Order: sequence, then C-alpha cells, then structure tokens
Amino acid sequence: MDAKVSLQLREGYHVNSNTPSDSYLIPLKLTWMSGALEAAGVTYPKPLMEKYSFSPTPLSVFSGTFDLITKFKVPATAPIGPTSVSGKLRYQACNNTMCLPPKNLDVVLQVDISK
Amino acid sequence: MNWTLYRRWVAIVALAIALVCCALPEAPYVKAEKDRKPAPGFELKDASGATVKLSDYRGKVVLLNFWATWCPPCQEEIPWFIGFQQEFKDRDFSVLGVSLDHYGWPAINPFVQQMKVNYPVVLGSEEVAQIYGGEEALPTTFVIDREGRIARTHIGLVSKNTYKQEILQLMGSPKKNDSFRSGKLASPGPVLAFLRPNH
Repeated sequence: MDAKVSLQLREGYHVNSNTPSDSYLIPLKLTWMSGALEAAGVTYPKPLMEKYSFSPTPLSVFSGTFDLITKFKVPATAPIGPTSVSGKLRYQACNNTMCLPPKNLDVVLQVDISK
Repeated sequence: MNWTLYRRWVAIVALAIALVCCALPEAPYVKAEKDRKPAPGFELKDASGATVKLSDYRGKVVLLNFWATWCPPCQEEIPWFIGFQQEFKDRDFSVLGVSLDHYGWPAINPFVQQMKVNYPVVLGSEEVAQIYGGEEALPTTFVIDREGRIARTHIGLVSKNTYKQEILQLMGSPKKNDSFRSGKLASPGPVLAFLRPNH
C-alpha cells in the first residue's frame, strides 16, 4: 500500500530536496520506524533547481505544496485491526536571506489492517 | 514657469526615490552610542580546544557572526569576512565566528579549511545561544564597538558594503576605557536556539 504525506511550505521559503546540491546541506528525509508495516521506499517529487542571490549555483529544493509517497508492505504476520506507523521528517528551510534551524517532525500514519 | 507640470515632476521624482529606497538592501548605519547595549560576555572553545573569550577582543571592533555549514547565506558572507579580516588586520578589528553546527568540529573543520577562513571560529553552546536571545535565524551578526557594545544587529544576509561601512564607522571612533560585560541582553534580540535535542 502507498501512503501520502502532503507538505506545504510557507510562501517565500524552500527546503533542500532529498538530493541537495552541496554535501553541507541538510536533505529532506522521511524515515519510518519498524512496526506493523514495513516501509519499502519513499518517493520524492522531482526537485526544482532554483538560483538564489546567496548561491553561485542553483540549489536543488522543494517549495510550495508537494507530496512524499511511501510504499508499505504488510507482512503476513501483521496483526489484524487498527494500528499506527511512526515516522520522522527531517528538513531545513531557508528563504532568500536567512535559514531556519534543522527540524525533526513526527509523522504518524493510522492504518486498519484487515484480512 | 508651468507650476502644475513642475509639481507633477516633483511628485514623480519623490515617488521614484521612495520606490528605489524601499528596494535597496539594508542601508548601513550604527546605533548612537547612548543606544548601544553591552554585548554579553562568553567563553567558547576553538578547534584546538583553547578557550576564546569575547572579552579578549576588548578595544577592537568585532564582527560577531553566528553561522552554520548548512546555511547557504552564511556561506555567501564568509568570503567577505575573510576579506575584512585581511584588510583591517592592523586596525584593531576582528571577525569572530560562532558555529552552531550540531555535529561540531567534524562538520566545521573541513568547511573552514576549504573556505580558508582566516579568523577565529568557536563552537557555540546552548548557553551562548540563549544569552543572545530572540528569533531563530542564521546568519545573525552583531557589529560590536571597541567598548564592547552592540552597534548593529543583522538577522539574515545583508550586503558586503553594509558591513564595511559600519566597520569603518566604528573604527573611526576614538578608543575609550571599557570592558565587555557579563549577563543577558537587556532587551529582546535574536535567539539562536539551534542546539536542541531534535537537531
């Protein structure tokens, strides 16, 4: 099954993509803890290559509204009924002149496993 | 003389000046001496483990720059600061960089070496971040006069010329006898609360 995490950034702000242009930059990363479901992979959107006044080269970023899609596997041994999967979204945002500190955001996915 | 046309041109010119001024980057200025608050003193360690005190810079104009390796606007400013450190090295001036990189020297050292930073860099602490309290944003730079008082605060990237003009203005002021004081800022200023567990 696929689960979608929708993100919306404040106007004027961007976050580094999951594949930033510079090794010093903090990538956007969604990770899931092990639980009733197994995360088989996260699909990120195609990043924007944006040129900012403070960077000599374009940066690989996300801005506005975008979705992260996680493909989950349901093991045969998964318990039937409602459960949840916990994850963490790490991101670091900037605007045209300043950067905010890196943050970790807790993400919880509620699921109902049936036969 | 056609006064109607003259007044119209005056209005147009005034409007143009107003629009240009609004579009200009932050203009250089330093606070009047009576309005400057003492920069809170601190002691932090450099890459060699040596203690660096803000009070060590007594008598110098100081550019106290809070930054991090993951901050592109911070990276933009650092070459300017390297230039200032070189240009003003014989004029009682110094840049002092305070890195707020959560992963510490393993993250900071390669970056500083790659950029060929020629001024002191120390690793910030939660305590120092708190005493320079306010909003979370990098870069944040304090322009400090010879008497250890904050003459200007910049949150975010400003122009190289802004910094240079402010430095020159402070260097042009005569030296007095005073020292850096300890304690917190008397009024709210920028908080650099970057050193929380979730970072």
